Amino acid sequence: MKKDKIIAAILTVTALSAISGLALITIFIFREGMPIILRTGGGEFFLSADWRPRDGSFGIFSMIIGSLAVTAGAMVIGMIFGLGLAIVLTQFAPPSLAAVLKPVVELLAGIPSVVYGFMGVVTLVPLIRNRLGGPGLSVLAASIVLGIMVLPTVTSISVDALQAVPRSFWEGSIALGATRWQTTRMVMLKAARSGIVAAAILGMGRAVGETMAVIMVAGNSIEIPGSILAPTRTLTSNIALEMGYASGAHREALFATGVTLFVIIMILNCVALSVSRRSARERSFR
Amino acid sequence: MNCPATPVEPRIETRDLCVSFAGKPALKEVNLCVYPCERLAIIGPASSGKTTFLRCLNRLNDLTHSFSHAGQVLFDGREIYAPGVDVSDLRRRIGMVYATPMPLPWSIYDNLAYGPKLAGIRNRVMLDERVETSLRSAALWEEVKDRLREPAHNLSGGQQQRMCLARVLALRPEALILDEPCSGLDPISTGKIEDALAELKSRHSIVLVTNNTKQAARSSDRTAFFLMGELIEVGATEQVFTNPVDKRTNDYLIGQFG
Amino acid sequence: MRLHPATTERAVVTLLWAMAGITICALAFIIIFILAHGLPHISREFLADSPRSMGREGGIFPMIVGSALVAGLAVLIAAPIGVATAIYLTEYTREGRLTAVIRFGADCLAGIPSIIFGLFGFVFFAIVLGMGLSVISGALTLTLMVLPTIIRTSEEAIRAVPQAYREVSYGVGSTRWQMVTRVVLRSALPGIGTGIILSLGRSISETAAVMLTAGSALRMPQSLLDSSRTLALHFYILSREGISMTNAYATASVLIIAILALNLFAYWLMSRFVARVR
Repeated sequence: MKKDKIIAAILTVTALSAISGLALITIFIFREGMPIILRTGGGEFFLSADWRPRDGSFGIFSMIIGSLAVTAGAMVIGMIFGLGLAIVLTQFAPPSLAAVLKPVVELLAGIPSVVYGFMGVVTLVPLIRNRLGGPGLSVLAASIVLGIMVLPTVTSISVDALQAVPRSFWEGSIALGATRWQTTRMVMLKAARSGIVAAAILGMGRAVGETMAVIMVAGNSIEIPGSILAPTRTLTSNIALEMGYASGAHREALFATGVTLFVIIMILNCVALSVSRRSARERSFR
Repeated sequence: MNCPATPVEPRIETRDLCVSFAGKPALKEVNLCVYPCERLAIIGPASSGKTTFLRCLNRLNDLTHSFSHAGQVLFDGREIYAPGVDVSDLRRRIGMVYATPMPLPWSIYDNLAYGPKLAGIRNRVMLDERVETSLRSAALWEEVKDRLREPAHNLSGGQQQRMCLARVLALRPEALILDEPCSGLDPISTGKIEDALAELKSRHSIVLVTNNTKQAARSSDRTAFFLMGELIEVGATEQVFTNPVDKRTNDYLIGQFG
Repeated sequence: MRLHPATTERAVVTLLWAMAGITICALAFIIIFILAHGLPHISREFLADSPRSMGREGGIFPMIVGSALVAGLAVLIAAPIGVATAIYLTEYTREGRLTAVIRFGADCLAGIPSIIFGLFGFVFFAIVLGMGLSVISGALTLTLMVLPTIIRTSEEAIRAVPQAYREVSYGVGSTRWQMVTRVVLRSALPGIGTGIILSLGRSISETAAVMLTAGSALRMPQSLLDSSRTLALHFYILSREGISMTNAYATASVLIIAILALNLFAYWLMSRFVARVR
């Protein structure tokens, strides 16, 4: 009896490690990054595109735009292919094929991001340079690589959402004479809507946060990209590229870049959590 | 464990036992005794509180968060809900068999040895002995003695339920409580379990919850009738079945309540 | 113009299948491309030698050791914490404010990008706790990163164990802890193992967080406080700085084979788990 109480206490304390970890990360990222944001008054830091660490000017506007551009591109590709794959897996593929395809998609998630980046460099970048012009290292290349990388996230969460729709919805629609695609479009996707939205937001979080693959294919030049064929630098790449040799205010500015990224991610996380909680609630009402 | 010729002290006794789940009453002031060496059958329609009553006796209801109770449950004269009671020990002394056979996903031997091992028995020979005697008591030994290492899931439904009975017997309990143990079984398996219970009566107090009034008539000494959380009447089985005191008991026995 | 539903159906289904096909082909292409260029360069010497002249020549043995140490240690620390958290959430508490906070922590942690983990590990483990750029700093950083995965998969595996097993165990007189260790964990082990192996794979693949916390020393680490370069980071540096493309391909092949093997193993474990729970 007493032993069980001790065990329960130990488990409780251990269970708090995830939230403590999150708290520690928040505290230390902000402690390192906030001072410079407060010193420059924020406006200059976020809204100036002038990043010249040697001269002491730190503005991350171009990187914010870079992150946004690359993420938007990635979401277009990731959502079209990821959701398409989820629909095929749940609505059209025979169960035996789906059973093979699902682990294959999960394997896609296991491949190191550096390998994706590398593949982008050796195949995609020359292709873009030769066919479409520009340096090849570009928003477009980064978007395609990231799109493939977020695909497993989007697919697996969408598959879960679609599978959670009661079988009777599908049968009811088919019984009314709807084709499979009509049923998918008008019944299944509608019923699974909030799950799919959660999938998109979590995929977006992955795209915003990805670092190594983007460094390898995006070109990393500090300027606001004028077209999808222009190179760009994202928030994540900025940190990874310069952290190795930064010190003083420069390092603080990199942590401040981290703070920006952290806030964006936490907002996306919270939205995704509330959306998926809503979809769980909808499920329990059925 | 010797049983006196004329039972005097009840083995299990409930005094004004009331139970509710999340405020909804499930048992109302139940006063019922179980004597040594008897088989008490509890009958009654669905959701009349039979199973709830049974699960109070070994405190299995504690696992349900919304459970609350009032009144007393005495086992050998001691309150089982008193603070400081060793619940594990209580559950070993009052062994329970569930409605559906529920083998753990292990071998037959491991299923049977699990309880004794928890009780601290490590000695191989003693464990072997426990396994064999309890399988014999449950009339299963001859069928499984050569396949004790096989997964228990391979047994037939009736064999699984007898194994579950044996698993409880391996604890050497003083009382046995069974929750509709034959509800999913064929007549032959049911007969085997009833025979085993008749045999076990000489050493244990047995409480048998059943939906099958014929089973209660066949294999119990006394019968209690529950309706909507209340104990309507209890008496010698023959008397309850041939000449019930309460009209509601009579109605149930002739098939008034599904 | 309105198309006939059957025509739309055929067009859409064809399109969807084409998209599925493209995805699978892309995956197959990546794996085959890397292996085709890399496998011919993998030899016993390549695996067992130390790198020479920045990795232009020689092998990758110290990086294999570095990856194994950093990823192995991370999972070794994260697994007990994650499984304990899952046990707490499933067996020792009711859903309430505390579980909501714990779940929120795990969910948020799961969404944080690896570069942020890297920044945190760099200030906290390497500087504040004085561990420097080292195997242990890298491992502790990755511990936090894989913790949510282990919690999530363990919780799912534990919840899949039938409730009746718990009642049976209590019925024969087990305490809660005995029930958890002897019945629940025993049944959930393959599922938990799957989560742990996938986490190991993720730790081996990780680059950004490791770069900022474990450093990139080419030497063989002599202690846990030594810096060490992992395979993924070595591959990044080789290819990015154009040191040696052949060695880059070969290193990537080793990585891919390791990930493939871990995934297959996890998949096999999972199928066993599903068979057993039924």
